[in-house]
Amino acid sequence: MIQIKDLHKSYKMGKNSLHVLKGINFNVEEGELVAIMGSSGSGKSTLLNILGMLDSSDSGEYILDNVPIKDLNETKAARYRNKFLGFVFQSFNLINYKSAAENVALPLYYQKVPRKERQEKALKYLEQVGLKEWAGHLPSELSGGQKQRVAIARALAAEPKVLLADEPTGALDSKTSYEVMDLIQKINDAGNTILIVTHEPDIADMCKRIVHLKDGVIIEDKKIEQVRAEQYV
Amino acid sequence: MFNRDRWKEILEVLSSNVFRTLATSFGVGWGIFILIILLAAGKGLENGIRADFGDIATNTMFMWSRNTTISYKGLPKGRRFSFKLEDVQAINDKVPNLRFISPRNQLGGFGSGNNVVRGLKTGAFNVYGDYPEIIRQEPMTITSGRFVNQNDIEDKRKIAVIGDGVQNELYDQGETVIGTYIKIQGVNFMVVGTYQKKDSGGGEEGQKEIYVPFTAFSQAFNMGNDVGWMAITANDGSSISELKEKIVGVVKENRKIHPDDKRAVGYFDLYEQFNRVESLFGALRWVAYFVGVLVLLSGIIGVSNIMLIVIKERTKEIGIRRALGEAPWSIKKQILMESIFLTIISGMIGIIFGAAFIYGVNAVLDSVGPVDMFINPSVSLGVVVSALVILIFSGLLAGFIPAQSAIKIRPIEALRTE
Repeated sequence: MIQIKDLHKSYKMGKNSLHVLKGINFNVEEGELVAIMGSSGSGKSTLLNILGMLDSSDSGEYILDNVPIKDLNETKAARYRNKFLGFVFQSFNLINYKSAAENVALPLYYQKVPRKERQEKALKYLEQVGLKEWAGHLPSELSGGQKQRVAIARALAAEPKVLLADEPTGALDSKTSYEVMDLIQKINDAGNTILIVTHEPDIADMCKRIVHLKDGVIIEDKKIEQVRAEQYV
Repeated sequence: MFNRDRWKEILEVLSSNVFRTLATSFGVGWGIFILIILLAAGKGLENGIRADFGDIATNTMFMWSRNTTISYKGLPKGRRFSFKLEDVQAINDKVPNLRFISPRNQLGGFGSGNNVVRGLKTGAFNVYGDYPEIIRQEPMTITSGRFVNQNDIEDKRKIAVIGDGVQNELYDQGETVIGTYIKIQGVNFMVVGTYQKKDSGGGEEGQKEIYVPFTAFSQAFNMGNDVGWMAITANDGSSISELKEKIVGVVKENRKIHPDDKRAVGYFDLYEQFNRVESLFGALRWVAYFVGVLVLLSGIIGVSNIMLIVIKERTKEIGIRRALGEAPWSIKKQILMESIFLTIISGMIGIIFGAAFIYGVNAVLDSVGPVDMFINPSVSLGVVVSALVILIFSGLLAGFIPAQSAIKIRPIEALRTE
């Protein structure tokens, strides 16, 4: 699903250049649930941004679902993001003047899905995350866990190839974190490819594979026995 | 354009901070308001001055003879001459695009003694020998009977058309006028019609005139072929100002006047005067647009500023939308539409208030009676349409910079602002 070869990225800070990614190589197969771990400054967020086409690499190859991702202009990047990727953010990033259902329907709107179908699909995904009754509520009326579940529904709505989650549980208490992880695991069970950036070991343990980053290189890449979140819920 | 979700969003955004939206729209509304008021005031002045010109055919010149100042072909300078009827024919033959050439003769005039008698009553009036066309050049309303016609000219009938003022002085109240006789310098003329002139600056004087057929006038008062002066009107679409040199040239040739003798033929170009006033109106209109558009511009800058702030506020939201796959041009379109919508709505409000204001001014003008040189200030549909075009254009202008800065926001930077 994802192939990355010799990925480099550096940021210019005035005269100094900060080399963040120093040659990353890894592949993700379809249906995997990968945790990307590392301390802050290890380059994990940069890697996710490049995977999410929110940022571009300096050199190296990135192939997503057999499509080489390179020389993107903003319009093309927006189309690829819409078609291939679903995002889940630490701070939920819901649009606060739109209801839960409208938020979920947003990526479909950009795909020019007809209004009625959009609403039906939004309700379907809200139901999947267990928030059908909250469809008409604004984000400000939802709890943190509920917000994140709406965000997950939104990420799923466009039926992306890969789900990218940046610290999805970073702003949640442990109980809600496990609920969200339970949801993510179930979505993964249904065959979706998911990448999670986290620095919490217990969250990483709930994935199927852990990639450890340090100072811009992968120092460890191992498959693990998944801990089911269900038991903590 | 007619996308339900897009419009819903525009309304949501604009109504999210009602006070700010209102304050912003005030600037644009005010600008259009000023523009409309200025244009209407200019129009009012124009209407007032045009009313002073009345229905007079403005594309007209008047021409009269004076003394020559250069000797020519053996004729001395200082010679007194008179136009002849042949000159009228010559002008008609040689100068194209003329509508009317009216030779005129005149008796009486300012300060002359009594020249008209009816029974025991006498009066001093201007008496004109005229062709029927003069009524098209100096419009008057026939209040009873008729005006001079072609048969009168051909038969040299001694008939007269008299003004209201003449009637008041020579007749008693309620007396029959048509069919009676008046004596003009000892010659009897039958009154066949009465007229009234619109007040056009002449005041009472304009009503104290008597019109008789040119030919009868010449015969009765021994004018022979002489023509006192001429009123010449050009066709619509050609200007008398351009033709006058040629006309004067023809007359000079006929009357054996030195071509360089500038003072022998006197003329007054009404069209030139009228054009001068016209160009004043043009300048007024230009000033109105200039000032109005400048005021509007400050409103537009206000809108632009607010849109920039809105975008700053929505940086994160725009980042999210970009991450979810909204194309840059779609965001740009959204911002532009918000800006155009805001300008048009506030502009319309300005137009409505401007129209109401003009309506109020008209009502006041109507109730206090006519004001000198200011009649019916108004704006035409054309002005409203051009105001709308200006608004759409300014909306685009106001939204352009903010929209540009909105699509410059890179999603990753937008999402980083926690």
